[in-house]
Amino acid sequence: MSETIARKPRLTTSAMIASIASEGQRTQAAPFGHALAALAEQRSEIVGLTADLAKYTDMHIFAQAHPERFFQMGMAEQLLMASAGGMAKEGFLPFVSSYAVFATRRAYDFIHQVIAEEHLNVKICCALPGLTTGYGPSHQATEDIAMLRGVPGLTIIDPCDALEIEQAVPAIAAHPGPVYMRLLRGQVPLVLDEYNYRFEVGKAALLRGGNDVLIISTGIMTMRALEVAKEMEGGAADVAVLHVPTIKPLDEAAILREAAKPGRLVVVAENHSIIGGLGEAVATLLLRSAVTPVFRQIALPDAFLAAGALPTLHSRYGISTEAMVESIKTWL
Amino acid sequence: MKTCTLIEPQHEETVRKLTESAYNIRRYALRMGEVQGQGYIGQALGIADILAVAFGHALNFRADEPEWEGRDRFLLSHGHYAIAYYAALIEAGIIPEQELETYGSDDSRLPMSGMASYTPGMEISGGSLGQGLAIGVGMALGLRQKKNPAFIYVSTSDGELDEGATWEAAMSASHHRLGNLIVLVDVNNQQADGNSNQVMGFEPLADKWDAFGWYVQRADGNDLPAVLAAFNAARSYEGDKPRAILFDTLMGKGIPFLEQREKNHFIRVDAAEWQQAIEILDAAQEKGVEK
Repeated sequence: MSETIARKPRLTTSAMIASIASEGQRTQAAPFGHALAALAEQRSEIVGLTADLAKYTDMHIFAQAHPERFFQMGMAEQLLMASAGGMAKEGFLPFVSSYAVFATRRAYDFIHQVIAEEHLNVKICCALPGLTTGYGPSHQATEDIAMLRGVPGLTIIDPCDALEIEQAVPAIAAHPGPVYMRLLRGQVPLVLDEYNYRFEVGKAALLRGGNDVLIISTGIMTMRALEVAKEMEGGAADVAVLHVPTIKPLDEAAILREAAKPGRLVVVAENHSIIGGLGEAVATLLLRSAVTPVFRQIALPDAFLAAGALPTLHSRYGISTEAMVESIKTWL
Repeated sequence: MKTCTLIEPQHEETVRKLTESAYNIRRYALRMGEVQGQGYIGQALGIADILAVAFGHALNFRADEPEWEGRDRFLLSHGHYAIAYYAALIEAGIIPEQELETYGSDDSRLPMSGMASYTPGMEISGGSLGQGLAIGVGMALGLRQKKNPAFIYVSTSDGELDEGATWEAAMSASHHRLGNLIVLVDVNNQQADGNSNQVMGFEPLADKWDAFGWYVQRADGNDLPAVLAAFNAARSYEGDKPRAILFDTLMGKGIPFLEQREKNHFIRVDAAEWQQAIEILDAAQEKGVEK
């Protein structure tokens, strides 16, 4: 049996693990795992739990540093959330990790009823947010934030980069009550160190000003928004970027202050379905506050997304830097 | 505990034919791995003998009519085994061989994780693990409802035994006396975070399925005659219990340097090693044929 496979240049793949760092981007390794391991030195009540995904969420770094405080619950997400709740009731501070899809979809009732209803001090940290894998809909957490915004008392955070994750870990540990934080793992882009940035739960940050466009963004879309601003400056448009890492509770004052400034196109950009995420949260806030700029959204469509290479998918679904620039140009 | 393996007279020719099928499946899987430079190849090599018997002997289907109503359904609950399943479908004539090189690429019908909506022969999209058996229960009820004598085969990984949904389905299948449901568990003792006995130990496993009311067999999943016997016994068992076959397999089976590689859920293979592996496989098959 002979065959010749023409060695065509292969775009990246529909593999599960892919990088969102662009070429030449500075990165930092496993900020979550290192930050958690370091914090655990100071706080003895911290424990780590996972559902068979320690290696894929950087929790393995914590597990190696503090093996007696790491609990492997196997591929069982409902068990994971319920047992984390149980440990919290016994006075521990559990950090829990899985993929965003599984934590939310499979264990929603357990997060809602075990953890949130009793306002337990559990920190749910989940990798593969939104469209950060080409593996297909089973692993693309396109609506996790929409699902969780409906949970009373749950703080929801979508961090931009390695620096923010590193700062957010101690911040959410210090913040009382249940927290859901999206995570990037592995080699994570480092961007915010150039903006004199300090993460604070519940606070938005104006990273750069601009007179033509205000991008209100969260998560990796803030990284993209900053790239858009750089690309459009000195010609196409003057772009401001308001980074909103905490989606619940929303920093209403900052958003209203910036959106109310006259003469700017307001674009909300998120690595999430157009349904139920930051865009809709901002839209309702603006309308009930009688703030009515020209308003647009950059978000994933309400659809089961394709499998394939991440760069292809980001372009197809309008969340690549180039696609964002094109969209904004048509709206101006 | 029942580990009843009914020994039937094996036809030498059947075994020879299926051994060659297993070789073909391994070879297609390695070629797909080479196309992408990565993939769940360890699992694919481990399950090849089981798939060869399934599609070469046990399952009733029409290659040119993958949705024929009378077909036995094969549910790949562990969707990341798609690389192995595609290889089996190519061997069975359901997917054309030339499509192999599109594996995992943009707009391919063969994505890394199986998709029911567009891959021929793919009954379910198994990317989110632990759902297949429950779907199988429903399909088995449906088949019985419409008096269709076909079987449902659900292939699952041992990692999926961690998911509660697996046991909900196991209890239900027995409760509903689903004698048309056959579960194949690939027991390779590996999952994402390491050895299954360190992540969440599931032994004694046959005892569990037996206690849940299933007709259980346990066999060496890389011993093709034993696999054949187990499939035959599962089909011919006359009781109305659902049937489980626990197959002990070796990750990387057939390629010694992969069998011995540090057991990773996702084995690392260097670019040159794919071709090396194919050569080793070809040589072993030739030697086997000469005997």
